[in-house]
Amino acid sequence: MIINHPLLGPRDAQEFTYLGDAALMDRPDGMAFPSAEAAQDAFHDYLYLRDNPAGEHRELWFHEQGDRSWLVVTRNTVTHEITKVEFARDVARRRGRSK
Amino acid sequence: MADHRLKPITPLGHDAPHSVTLGPVTITEVTDTALASLAARQGEAKAITDIADAAGIPLPGPGKAAQGATYAAFWLSPDMWMVEAPFATHEDIVARLKPHFGEAASLTEQTDAWARFDVTGEDLPVMFERLCAFDLRAHGPGAATRTVIEHLGCYIVIRAPGHLSVIGPRSSAASVFHALETAALSAF
Repeated sequence: MIINHPLLGPRDAQEFTYLGDAALMDRPDGMAFPSAEAAQDAFHDYLYLRDNPAGEHRELWFHEQGDRSWLVVTRNTVTHEITKVEFARDVARRRGRSK
Repeated sequence: MADHRLKPITPLGHDAPHSVTLGPVTITEVTDTALASLAARQGEAKAITDIADAAGIPLPGPGKAAQGATYAAFWLSPDMWMVEAPFATHEDIVARLKPHFGEAASLTEQTDAWARFDVTGEDLPVMFERLCAFDLRAHGPGAATRTVIEHLGCYIVIRAPGHLSVIGPRSSAASVFHALETAALSAF
């Protein structure tokens, strides 16, 4: 499988390691819930619940043997076709995160 | 200061840099380069470009290396570079760079973390296609990348036609050197 790195171009998937669903970027803020139970429920869902789509899936990859950037890769889990590759930091900043 | 009678050794454990010629290829240990990584702190990317410009430190783009008068550098990741300088005059490379960059960049001493082997000769692609996924035929002088050689994360910097540097983890210097030797013997 080839991942088309946004800066370095096509790179072999062997250079990357896989973390999982890109939803992992959206860790809930435990202090922002009205009760401890609500915060616990949100963290339970964040930690344990994953969609398992047959089709388009957004996932986190780390370019370990390259520029060591985190990427958000949009991949079709049926065909393995990769339709989009973005820097995770760009995705996070678009959502108003500072780092 | 105490009078230490310590004998410096090269990454391969010799008194002087080791060199071997195998067919048309020469593999040489290089110990005369000081290294430091330079990372722009958040929001300081523009500032460090200007500082580096004034200090004569090239900051090449992604996948590239560049040589200045004293300093050279190759790209590591977004907003991060490895800066190279002559060891004889810049052994304390971080102390020399810090006054330029102040709080705009994070600087880390890297000299002793890496072992550098320069490979010179004709037909280097024939040797390196046995070693790593980096396609030398598709890249010329001024290209630099991280890749895997013998399961070790190494940087390859193409200095000139028929001359490149392999910069691998110093603690595995002998393994990197063995891999280079084996590939050269296999190719030629």
